[in-house]
Amino acid sequence: MSGVALDPKTAPVFPMAARTALADTQMRKNVRHATDVIQAKRARVVAEMPDWQQLREAGKQIRQHTMEHLDFYLEQFEENCTRAGGVVHWARDAEEARKIVTALVKASGSDEVIKIKSMTTEEIHLNDALEAAGIHAYETDLAELIIQLGEDQPSHIVVPALHKNRQQIREIFQRKMNLPELGETPQDLADAARMFLREKFLRIKTGVSGANFLIAETGGVCIVESEGNGRMCLTLPETLITIAGIDKVVPRFQDLEVLLQLLPRSATGERMNPYNSIWTGVKPGDGPQTFHVVLMDNARTDILADKEGRQTLNCIRCGACQNACPVYRQTGGQAYGSVYAGPIGAILTPQLQQMHHAQSLPFASSLCGACYEVCPVKINIPEVLIHLRAKVVNQNTAGITGLFDFEAAAMTAMAMIFKSERRFRAAQRLGRMAETPLVRKDGQGVGWISWLPGMLGGWTQVRDLQEMPKETFRDWWERRGKNGN
Amino acid sequence: MGTDMTTATTISTSARTEILRRISVANGGTSDAAAAGAAWEHLAREYRRKAVLQPESVLDLLEDRLRDYDAHVERVRRGDVADVVAKMLATRGKRRMVIPAGIAPEWLPAGFEFVADEGMTAIELDGFDGVMTGSTVAIAETGTVVLQNVPGQGRRAVTLVPDYHLCLVSAADVVETVPEAMEGLRGKAELATTFFSGPSATADIEMTRIKGVHGPRHLDVILIL
Ligand code: SF4
Repeated sequence: MSGVALDPKTAPVFPMAARTALADTQMRKNVRHATDVIQAKRARVVAEMPDWQQLREAGKQIRQHTMEHLDFYLEQFEENCTRAGGVVHWARDAEEARKIVTALVKASGSDEVIKIKSMTTEEIHLNDALEAAGIHAYETDLAELIIQLGEDQPSHIVVPALHKNRQQIREIFQRKMNLPELGETPQDLADAARMFLREKFLRIKTGVSGANFLIAETGGVCIVESEGNGRMCLTLPETLITIAGIDKVVPRFQDLEVLLQLLPRSATGERMNPYNSIWTGVKPGDGPQTFHVVLMDNARTDILADKEGRQTLNCIRCGACQNACPVYRQTGGQAYGSVYAGPIGAILTPQLQQMHHAQSLPFASSLCGACYEVCPVKINIPEVLIHLRAKVVNQNTAGITGLFDFEAAAMTAMAMIFKSERRFRAAQRLGRMAETPLVRKDGQGVGWISWLPGMLGGWTQVRDLQEMPKETFRDWWERRGKNGN
Repeated sequence: MGTDMTTATTISTSARTEILRRISVANGGTSDAAAAGAAWEHLAREYRRKAVLQPESVLDLLEDRLRDYDAHVERVRRGDVADVVAKMLATRGKRRMVIPAGIAPEWLPAGFEFVADEGMTAIELDGFDGVMTGSTVAIAETGTVVLQNVPGQGRRAVTLVPDYHLCLVSAADVVETVPEAMEGLRGKAELATTFFSGPSATADIEMTRIKGVHGPRHLDVILIL
């Protein structure tokens, strides 16, 4: 069980949490190392693909199209999954989803479950609910196991324990697996996890998973992973309960040809995940003979109803935006107070909370655009951030007429700018000019901005912001491409 | 137990109606098969869908990518499969192998124990040195082999629990790109399907790639020409 689950309702606001995170130099070093490695791998395998931009465009269109016909595709998935022997359940919110899953685990006759890493179950704090019902959940993904045994919290959506280094992991395993002699090579640690979990895989009769994709056309479910713990949880138990946000559906089997290229390269810099599993309902003699899927809304339909925000639902949870984000790289994931950290967390979490919590998150960004550049389904995160900032400002100022009109108007203008690439570039150039009066040079001649007007000041309360680079990321990237270096 | 299922069903029925209603409100109307189908046909698909390499280069690429993933690869003429299987098993020190029903008998060399899976328990499977199977299709560009529950490939548990996997891939089943592989799988999409790209691996500890956490820790591939 995690220590205190990350919950935007109770977490300190980002600027405060970030202040603490910035003081943890070991954590920041670990995060920087991990994100550097993934980014370098990602850049290499993306550069191999001559059709990467065409794949991104196809990915974006597939996701957009799915959202436009979401009711049809969900019903089609339900029909086909049911026909294949699965049982489909629906949950309006986290509480209903927890109740359904708990009831299904009880009905399976087990008081233990093996779990595959799933952000959706983290989002609804499923482990706490199961524990309260007397059911123990074992996390089986190596990183999730590290977090569970270390009573810690995830800090990245793909590599949740990237903030821990091997000495820290070894110390947790020594203590919790009772292995005082454990070595400290990554191989020693992986072997210890294999031993610890194998007995559970072979014994426990109920599995709980999330899903990467639900295939409407066939009723199939797809999970991508690397360790094989996913295959263990999907294949060996008698009962499997899969919980997925309603946004996880894809129209047809063929659409996987796009998503299975975009996801692994973006997420971990692999050409393909070591393991992908696709299964459809129940197959006599192969895998669990009782299979449930819980389709959960939990504010996703509110996001769908928001014209500007709905592209958030296109996300395939690759984490590339996190790795690319200078703010995430400085603060690590936990400062976001939510299981979804980094740029995707900054737009998804406040919307999942109907904008009642996590209002500081849309401000936790330098709007440099790096997240948009790497997003495999072209989600314009800066555009959504600006839109949400405007919402926060409007929400907080309802009734205080006039006082905050300036910020609200500024945010609306920013939202317009982010809609167009040309305008976005122009604004970046303008930004470098506009900030000039705020820059103070430090001893090394590097410019720092320690105060920004109005709402933009949230970020600079915590740390000094380095002045905008003379060249934008885009300009640099394009020049770099041309020079061939 | 009965009441637990009732709880789940009661919540679900009203939730379903409500969620579908919210979606149609958000989208300004409901969608149907005709509308979704027509729009789907028009999605941009300008990415590569076909091979550009010669068949020989496709095999080279597959081999290169599999090696990159720490798999060991050998190319073999059809008549020599059993000999090479014997050599590989001897090198790895494996004697007792589980096989799915329907595997070609001429692939099995003498001097080793091959036991056909007839619904063994996970614990029984755990007692074997390894597993040997055929495959449905392999993708060169990503170094991926695909298995389905058909004769010669069998149940998922069989290729999951043993520590070693020896996989036979026919050169005729190797494609260059992911779209070609998905096209070939489409008619059989509902079979239990596993893609694997190298042996089990993790990079969760300081981003160092470690082989073999839970699936087979070693993978050998025989490419049958
Ligand atoms: S927003 Fe884009 S880059 Fe970020 S996790 Fe989602 S799909 Fe990946």
